[in-house]
Amino acid sequence: MQENKKGSKAVKWILISICVIFVFFMLILPLITVITEALRSGWETYQKAVTDEYAIDAAGLTIEATVFAVLINTVFGIFASWAITKFPFRGKKLLTTIIDIPVTVSPIIAGLIFLLTFGRQSPIYPWLQDLGLQIVFAVPGIILATVFVTFPFISRELIPVMEAQGTEEEEAAALMGAGGFTIFRKITFPHIKWALLYGIVLCAARAMGEFGAVSVISGHLRGKTNTLPLHVEILFNEFQYVPAFAVSSLLVIMALIILIIRSIVEYRGKKA
Amino acid sequence: MNKAKKRVIPGFGLSMGVTLAILGLIVIIPLASLVLFTAQMDFSEIIEIITRKRVLASFYVSFITAFIASLINAVMGVILAWVLVRYDFPFKRVLDGMIELPFALPTAVAGIALTALTADTGAIGSFFEQFGIKIAYTRIGITVALIFIGIPFVVRSVQPVLEKLDYSYEEAAGVLGASKAKIFWKIIFPEIRPAIFTGFGLAFGRCIGEYGSVVFIAGNMPYETEITPLIIMSELQEYDYTSATAIALVMLLFSFAVLFAVNIVQARSTKILKGGNK
Repeated sequence: MQENKKGSKAVKWILISICVIFVFFMLILPLITVITEALRSGWETYQKAVTDEYAIDAAGLTIEATVFAVLINTVFGIFASWAITKFPFRGKKLLTTIIDIPVTVSPIIAGLIFLLTFGRQSPIYPWLQDLGLQIVFAVPGIILATVFVTFPFISRELIPVMEAQGTEEEEAAALMGAGGFTIFRKITFPHIKWALLYGIVLCAARAMGEFGAVSVISGHLRGKTNTLPLHVEILFNEFQYVPAFAVSSLLVIMALIILIIRSIVEYRGKKA
Repeated sequence: MNKAKKRVIPGFGLSMGVTLAILGLIVIIPLASLVLFTAQMDFSEIIEIITRKRVLASFYVSFITAFIASLINAVMGVILAWVLVRYDFPFKRVLDGMIELPFALPTAVAGIALTALTADTGAIGSFFEQFGIKIAYTRIGITVALIFIGIPFVVRSVQPVLEKLDYSYEEAAGVLGASKAKIFWKIIFPEIRPAIFTGFGLAFGRCIGEYGSVVFIAGNMPYETEITPLIIMSELQEYDYTSATAIALVMLLFSFAVLFAVNIVQARSTKILKGGNK
């Protein structure tokens, strides 16, 4: 191990202090602010704010969009990483680049492209009208935008793990006559389960909190197309600070739960 | 890896099919509609829109705040990664876990919390107010929000490299009488430089497009604190899809350029890592 001299011990504590101060002011203080502001007018106001009809509706839609994002991206992540890591083919680099596009695109642009695809000036809009499908300014649009912004989250966790594992075990199993699903369930899945769970956690976190893309596509209809983050925005802009922070505190709690799960999963994944 | 083998593992057709179908529906078709919509616009019209004074000012505000925030994060990211890898101290795992908070916390929540903190009445804002420094509703405020958003990027790209770094070179340099500072700049820094650059690039790309955390703290004054995503948003609220798309295009090209630069650096550094004999 490393041998520390006296001088470097001072350096050590200076650097640690810098980090602690930085993290305290930039990360912990904002969290504390949310909680204290939410409870400023007492527990009863807080309860009223979080059990408000609109807040509950918004929470429902947030959960719905998150569930869809996790489901679709899990299916995509598993199939895509299987195709990418188990087989050689041309254009692999291009495929992985396209998969990564959604995270590099500004959330506002993510919303914009769905507006252009399904909105009034889109060539398929009359067709959607005939079918009676309302996507923009409605729940399907919110779900699509949420899936888009979290698109690579799961495949990105799976691909490196499956690549590191190689293909030999699967090949052996296939040669012995195992079917595709059996191979996946018995051989691949045990290797990737922690990475998969980690990806799902990241995906859920982002899906729950997505603001920009959803804001573009939602049209802000209260009680209909309002997610929790959008509800926070409305309250804040109406100067209803206490309810805004009360609803935010729910999201803070969810964020903390996600962080705890994340560190457990990461710890387990490292051990495995 | 890519030896020309016969495919013994089943499921290529199915997995590729599902992959391309979902990718097409969620990513390719929507992006294609952006291209389609742009193709209907005149080039001169696009130029006219993106050279409007207010738009140009927003490019500048977005660029400068994202750049400064990412620079600060690059420095703090290296220090944080160093502390987390090299030192042991109480609550280290809590600190490590907190780094990820900006990924887990919805941006709108971060935005209103930072605004409340840094406004004149807030805990931090009232402190700086004494010196005549305003944070919320200025470019400083935007930068603060972007620092928050960008914290994890540099830490998480430098950390694994530091963890893998071989101690023996440092020891050798130490035995030969090199000072700690010299060891850092001559031995450690060159190794982590590509990772710093990657983290910086990713944070920068994210900050340029960031919307949720910034709108609340920015004050959104045209020419002063109006960022590009906000201009796109207000064009959309007026149903001016043409202007919104033209401005979005500039942003897209810029973020692709940043991503491309990051990829080149990454490709080079993995080559070095895989080459081994350094």
